[in-house]
Amino acid sequence: MGGYVLSTDQQRKEMLSAIGLKSEDQLYASVPDSLKIEKLNLPSGKPEMEVRRILEETAGQNQVFSSVFRGAGAYRHYIPSIVKGVSRKEEFVTAYTPYQAEISQGILQSIFEYQTMICGLMGMDVSNASVYDGATAAAEGISMCRDAKRKKALVASNINPMVMETLKTYSAGMGIELLTVPAEKGTVDIRILKTYLDENTACFYVQQPNFYGLLEDCQKIGEAVHDAGAKFIMGINPIAASVLKSPGECGADVAVGEGQPLGLPLAFGGPYLGIMTCRQSMVRKLPGRIVGETRDSEGRKAYVLTLQAREQHIRREKASSNICSNQAHCALTASVFMASMGPEGMKEMGVSCYSKARYGAEQISQIPGFSLRYKGDFFHEFVTECPGNPERVLDRLKAEDILGGYPVEGGLLWCFTEMNTKAEIDRLVQCLKEVA
Amino acid sequence: MQLIFEKSTAGRKCELLPELDVPKAEIPDSWKRTGKLPLPEVGEAQISRHYTELAGNTYGVNNGFYPLGSCTMKYNPQIDEEAASLPGFTDIHPLQPEDTIQGCLKVYIEAGKYLCEITGMDEMTFQPAAGAHGELTGLMMIKAYHQSRGDDERTKVIIPDSAHGTNPAAAAMLGYSVVTVPTDGEGCVDIGRLKEAVGSDTAALMLTNPSTVGMFEKRILEITEIIHEAGGLNYYDGANLNAVMGITRPGDMGFDVIHLNLHKTFGTPHGGGGPGAGAVGCKTLLADFLPAYLAKEEDSGVGSFERKPKSIGTVKGFYGNFLVVLKAYTYLLSLGGDGISEASQNAVLNANYLKTLIQEVYPAAYKGLCMHEFVISLAGLKKQKGITAMDIAKRMIDYGMHPPTMYFPLIVEEALMLEPTETESKETLELAAKSLLEIYEEAIKEPEQLHRAPETQNIGRPDEAMAARKPVLKFQWDEPGKAGAAL
Repeated sequence: MGGYVLSTDQQRKEMLSAIGLKSEDQLYASVPDSLKIEKLNLPSGKPEMEVRRILEETAGQNQVFSSVFRGAGAYRHYIPSIVKGVSRKEEFVTAYTPYQAEISQGILQSIFEYQTMICGLMGMDVSNASVYDGATAAAEGISMCRDAKRKKALVASNINPMVMETLKTYSAGMGIELLTVPAEKGTVDIRILKTYLDENTACFYVQQPNFYGLLEDCQKIGEAVHDAGAKFIMGINPIAASVLKSPGECGADVAVGEGQPLGLPLAFGGPYLGIMTCRQSMVRKLPGRIVGETRDSEGRKAYVLTLQAREQHIRREKASSNICSNQAHCALTASVFMASMGPEGMKEMGVSCYSKARYGAEQISQIPGFSLRYKGDFFHEFVTECPGNPERVLDRLKAEDILGGYPVEGGLLWCFTEMNTKAEIDRLVQCLKEVA
Repeated sequence: MQLIFEKSTAGRKCELLPELDVPKAEIPDSWKRTGKLPLPEVGEAQISRHYTELAGNTYGVNNGFYPLGSCTMKYNPQIDEEAASLPGFTDIHPLQPEDTIQGCLKVYIEAGKYLCEITGMDEMTFQPAAGAHGELTGLMMIKAYHQSRGDDERTKVIIPDSAHGTNPAAAAMLGYSVVTVPTDGEGCVDIGRLKEAVGSDTAALMLTNPSTVGMFEKRILEITEIIHEAGGLNYYDGANLNAVMGITRPGDMGFDVIHLNLHKTFGTPHGGGGPGAGAVGCKTLLADFLPAYLAKEEDSGVGSFERKPKSIGTVKGFYGNFLVVLKAYTYLLSLGGDGISEASQNAVLNANYLKTLIQEVYPAAYKGLCMHEFVISLAGLKKQKGITAMDIAKRMIDYGMHPPTMYFPLIVEEALMLEPTETESKETLELAAKSLLEIYEEAIKEPEQLHRAPETQNIGRPDEAMAARKPVLKFQWDEPGKAGAAL
C-alpha cells in the first residue's frame, strides 16, 4: 500500500462495510463517470532506497562551489549547528498555523520572540510573523502605504532587479502607478528624488545597501520623503542592519528585508524569509499573522494570533492582504540564529563582512581592468569593471571551483562574507591576475 | 514558560566565528549603528533547552491525530526532510550558471510533469510561495489574459459563499469586485443563482472541488461551461485535491488555471505556518502569461529557464520555495501513480469511516457520502445544552487530539470540519470516534465542564479580545541585554 497508508486490506474491507459500501469505487459515486480517469500515466512508486539514490544523483548534477563570491540577493553565511538542531525539531516542523492557542503555546511564543528580535534589529515598533520573502515584503509594504489620494509609488532604480520585477508585477495587478527614480551615480540623488515627490506620492522604497552594495544616505532620503507627506519604506539586509543605522533611526515608516542571511541556506532561492515591520501607527495595515500576549481565564500569560480583523479568514475581500501561510519555520530559524549570535556575534559578523569586502576590493581593484565602478562606501558587495566578456572570467574561476561575481552591465558584482577566508580571497585574486 | 530574553545575562555568548584574518575596517560614523543590539545573551545549552521546552508545548502531526479540516495534515515522510538537507541542494546559489544547476532544474521539471498529469494541466510554475500566493498569481494571469484581448470590462470574480477567505481577498487585491453565489442544500453551488450572477463582466469563477463542505460538485461540467460561455475563465482552488487524485482531474472538469498546496496534498510539512509552496498550473491558453523564470527541458534534455512572451513577471524573488518543492517531488517519486491514487481513496475512506462512527450524535451538515473531509453542525447541541463547536473542539485537546477547523465554512452553523487524511489508521479513527462520543456524553451530563476545556495544557482559553484591544506584540527590554518586565 502506497501513500504511507496504514490500514490493511482487511481493515479497509471492514471500514467499507461499516459505511455500507461494497467497493472503493462506490466512494466516488458523486463523481460523474465521464470525468473519471482510468489511471494516472505516471511511474510506479519506488522504495525509499531507490528514491534516495535518485535524489543523490540529482543533487550530484548540481555544482557546489567551494568558494562563493556571489550575493546579489542571496548570501552565504555561517549557520551555527544549534540552528540546524533546533529547526529539525519535529513538533515545529509538522505543526500547522497555531490557530488553537492552548495546544500551540510553544510555536506562538517562538513567533513572539521572533517579532521582538526583528523589531530590535530593525529599530521598528511592530513586526509580523513574516511574509514570503524580501521581494513580496517590499510589495506588501507599498500596498500598505497607498490610500485613496496617494496612489503613486516611487522606487529607486538601484534596488535588486528581482525585487524590482516583483514590485512591477504586483503594482500592475493592483493598479498602483510605480515610477523608478534614477540613480545614475550608483546611489539615490536626493535632488532628483525631490523632483519625483508630490502630493500623489504614497511612498518611496530604497534598499540599504542597494543592489550594487553601496550605502544610501537613508536619513536624508527619509527626511525628503516625509517633507512631501509620503511614507518611507526601507529595505535592509539584516546582517548590515546589525552594524549600520537601523531603519528606525533613519525614520522608516515601513522596514522590510530578505531574512535569508539569518541562518537560512542558499537552497537555490528558497524558502527564504520576508521580514516586515512598521511603525505602531500603521499596525492595522500590516498584512499577515501577528502574535500578541494576553492572559487566560486564570490570569496566566498566554500568546495568541491577534489583530485578526485585518486578515482574509475574517475580513475576506476587505482584508489587508490575502496572505495565509507565511514562512513561520524560517522565522523560527532566524530567531535561533539571532539568539546564538547574540548582540556581539551579529556585530562581529557584520564587521567581518565589511572588512573582508574592503580587503577584497583593495586587492581586486589593483588588477588591470578590474577598477571599482562606483566611488561610494559599500557594505559587503561592490561592482568592478571587467576586462572583456565577464563570462570568460567567470568560466576561468569556475574551473577553479570558484563562483565569481554576478555579471551586471558588463561588470561584476562581488560579495564577501565571513565565510571567505583571506587565503580564499588571495587565491581569487591570483586567478583574476592570471585571466586579466 | 520564560521568554528567551528573560534568560539573558550580559556577557554570555556562543563562540562561533573565528578571529578576523584581514585588517579590521572601521565603519564610518555616518553609517554606523551605535548602542548594543537588543538581542538575548545566552549560551548554546540554554538555547537548546529553551527550544526543547517550546517544542514540548507545540503540537505537530508527529504528536498525534490532527483532523484540521481543509489543511490536509497528513504524515510528512522523513525521506523528504533528508532529501532537503543534501548539500547538493542546500548549498546551491540561485544565480549560478545553468550548467551547474541541472539537478535543481530537473526537480522543477520532473515535479511539473507529475503534477500536470495529476491535474490535467499543460504547464506548471512553482514560483508562488503558498496557496494564497498561487491564487494571486492565477488571477493575475487571468487578468492579463483578458487585457491581452482588449477585454477590459471584466471586473467581477464569482466565488461561492463556502469559499476560503483567501479567494475573495485575492480577487480584491487585484481590484476585482466579488460576487458571492450561495450553496444549495446538498453542499454544491446553486446553479440557478450562478446563472444570474454570470455575465459579460465576469472575469472568472473561483471554485474548490470538492467544496469546503467536502462534497463533490456533481454538475461541475455545467458550471464551468456557464462561465466559459460568458467569456470568463475557471480557477480551481486545489485545497481539496487530496480527495480526487487519480480519480478525476481539474483539467478535465473545465478549469483553466489551478493552484496546488504542496504543503497539504503532497506531504510537505507546514512548519507551524509555513513555508508552503503554491504551484500554479494552467492550460495552454494561459501559458504565455505564466510568471517569469519557468524551468523547462530543452529537446536535448538539458534544463534551462524560460521567460514567456507575455509573462506577468515574477511574483517573488528567484524561482520558488525550492526545498519545499523538492520534498513534494520526493513524495511523488515515493508514491508514484498507484500510490497517489491510493492516497486519495484512503483519504475518502477514512473520512467516511469517521463520519459513520460519530454520525449518530454529531450530525453531518450535508447528507450522503463525503469526500476527504466532512462538516458537522453542533447547532442542535448548542440549543439543547449551550455547548458550542468551540467547547467540543477545546475538549478534544484534553483527549490528546488537535481540534478540527472551527466555524468554517461560514455557511454552516456551529461548524466543525474534520479531515482525518489517509495516513491515519483504522485504530486511530476508532479511538478518535470513541473520544468524541465520550465528549458528547459529557456535553449532555456535565455541560459546565466542557466550557472549562482544555484543562490539560499550560493555559486555558486565552482572552483574545484583550489581546486585540491592548496589543502587546513584543517584549520590552529595560535596556538592551537586560531583561525587563514582559508587559
